[in-house]
Amino acid sequence: MIDFEPTEEQALIRDTVAEFARGEIRPRARDADESGKIPEDVLARAHELGLIANGLPEAYGGGGERSALTGALVAEELAHGDLSIALAILAPGLLAYPVADLGSEAQKARLLPALIASPGALGTLALQEPRFDSDPYRPRTQARRTADGWRLDGAKCLVPWPETVRHVLVLASVDETLAGFVVPSEAAGLRATPDAYLGIRALPTAELSLDDVKLPAEARLDGAPDGSARALVARGRVGLAALAVGVASAAFELARDYAKERHAFGAPIATKQAMAFKLADMAIEIDGARLLVWEAAWRLDRGEDATREATLAMQQVRRVALEVTDGAVQVFGGHGYIREYLPELLLRNARGFACFEALSLV
Amino acid sequence: MIDFEPTENSRKAREFYRRMALEQMRPVSRRYDEDEHALPTEWVDYYWQTGRKGAPGSLGGATDGFVQVCIQAEELCFGDAGLYLRMPTAALGGSAVSAAGTPEQKERFLRPFRESPHPIWGAMAITEASAGSDSAAIQTSARYDAERDEWVLNGTKIFCTAGEGASQIEGGFVVVWATVDKTLGRGGIKSFVVPAKTPGMKLVGLEKKLGIRASDTATLVFEDCRVASANLLGGRAKAEKKAEPARAGDKGFKGAMATFDASRPIVAAMAVGVGRAALDFLVEELARQGVEIRYDSPPRSQTALERDVIDMQAELQAARLLTWRAASMMNRGRPNSLEASMAKAKAGLVVTKITQKAVELLGPPGYSKKLLVEKWMRDAKINDIYEGTQQINQLIVARRILEYSSSQLR
Repeated sequence: MIDFEPTEEQALIRDTVAEFARGEIRPRARDADESGKIPEDVLARAHELGLIANGLPEAYGGGGERSALTGALVAEELAHGDLSIALAILAPGLLAYPVADLGSEAQKARLLPALIASPGALGTLALQEPRFDSDPYRPRTQARRTADGWRLDGAKCLVPWPETVRHVLVLASVDETLAGFVVPSEAAGLRATPDAYLGIRALPTAELSLDDVKLPAEARLDGAPDGSARALVARGRVGLAALAVGVASAAFELARDYAKERHAFGAPIATKQAMAFKLADMAIEIDGARLLVWEAAWRLDRGEDATREATLAMQQVRRVALEVTDGAVQVFGGHGYIREYLPELLLRNARGFACFEALSLV
Repeated sequence: MIDFEPTENSRKAREFYRRMALEQMRPVSRRYDEDEHALPTEWVDYYWQTGRKGAPGSLGGATDGFVQVCIQAEELCFGDAGLYLRMPTAALGGSAVSAAGTPEQKERFLRPFRESPHPIWGAMAITEASAGSDSAAIQTSARYDAERDEWVLNGTKIFCTAGEGASQIEGGFVVVWATVDKTLGRGGIKSFVVPAKTPGMKLVGLEKKLGIRASDTATLVFEDCRVASANLLGGRAKAEKKAEPARAGDKGFKGAMATFDASRPIVAAMAVGVGRAALDFLVEELARQGVEIRYDSPPRSQTALERDVIDMQAELQAARLLTWRAASMMNRGRPNSLEASMAKAKAGLVVTKITQKAVELLGPPGYSKKLLVEKWMRDAKINDIYEGTQQINQLIVARRILEYSSSQLR
């Protein structure tokens, strides 16, 4: 039956994460952006909450409760706090979820326990490539069979690259098929160059070059025929879209509160229709986008192909997040442009959704 | 639980109305767009004799409640929005009677819609030449004649949907908003049920419109039009109670406006139906000409056509989900003014844009009357206007999110 209310358990998780994001993430957002560093204690606290572990198999120390819908609720709340910190918190899942979904028992046993136990992200994901038409389904990075395993060549960018990283999941084409390879961060031929972007400045990122990187046969995620790897892309888009909704709703709330406080011509600017209607449109667009994200997530949880829904959601939130954050800068006027206030940071982060792709954020 | 799966009952209803849309409405769509004020007899007779009786919604089993009503409206407006508005039903007049009427009134006015041997209509007359969205400015008056225990109505109503059928065909009725005391503002406004053919109620004209031409949009004049006191909606006692807070300064208008919380999701669903007609046609036509929409291509490799179509589909689905959410809140008995206005604002605007874009993307054939796309573009625009314009709904949303009263945000 068509319904739009989360379960009691989902609501409880969402509210807990919301409290954490408002109380502990948001106050650190500006400092993290300026210093380019993720606050360690926030990561440790998030690890305690078990946000990633909860969705991983119980056999390896996880909670066994994987749900894209619950994940979307969590991701939105985290990003409402701050996008960089949210991405850092969710980063362990970038390797852990694909291993859980597509890995062999041996790969799971080898990688998951440490990924679950460590508060710092031991794993990361190299999906995107430094090209305008970077395509998660058809990477240019090539994996070729060798006598005793694989050889990888290519370039990747926008790779979260925390100091703690030990393994990176590299998406590559094997002939015409999408495949994932678990590559040690110290592998010969793999070079990571720190990178910096318009937004998500607190998140350490790297550009990777893979030059004749030799891997053993068991480096390939075994159960990754094309279909299931494609499902991962949809899953990634749903997670990203949920994050974008969080960024947009953060911008909307700041703009709404500012417009009620800021007086001009003897009254709060929110009492002018030009301002009030803009805020109304923001609220409508955010709600519409959120429901698209939920629908795509719901479809994933039913084990159905959600490529179309995830793409619709992503295309919508990409526009909405940019319009709403830009709108927030505009509502703040001159104050929106200076770094004392958050709207400029949110605008820089929101633009990133034009190029972000991720695999398993939820 | 967040769930996007309609019940089996809803799915059957959707199929049923979709077939009705394609088999009964589409074939006469163009004809009654051209022949604007003619009664679409094939459609009206089919619906009265056959269509309304086969609805699976009445077969029992779990339904999606108000969401299912939205699904039905979407399917039929996917067929033809003008013909949908010409359906012989109690329509908005019926909603008003259901929402505010006494049990006796519900029985008296709605029973004919089950039992009449011929098709009949209900309608709602609110708008006046100088009072559209600002319905508190209504000038039509109702004077109580104690001697005869009757109300006497005087004034002119315009833009009354289904007003011809409701005022002229025995068995139907028009719900008329009139003020019993202009000094009371909104609090003085009451609803009166005027049965068809009541002396003093005159049909003086039918509008010629941009779209939804199969729908009869009437101007009704009330000249010393007398109705029994029992036709005051909700009964006299209830109406007086409603007027009391108005006299004390707190304008008792909210009750009347509550009808919109129920009707706006339906209008939003109607809008989605028109938008879908154009968008589905566009995608099928593109496929026929060899253009497939690739959902798995990177954003910067999409063609302009693909990007437009995906945007249109995302926008339409966002509007549909906002609509279903507003309706599902009614299922849960939750207040939904904010969500109903969000859905209506979004859907009205989205389908206006989608249908205009569809005409553009189809090129000369899209602009041609050989296809129905140009008609759907004309039909779509009304959704951004009636049942609260885009701007009125923005105003309602703004007041809610800012927690401002109507005097703080005018």
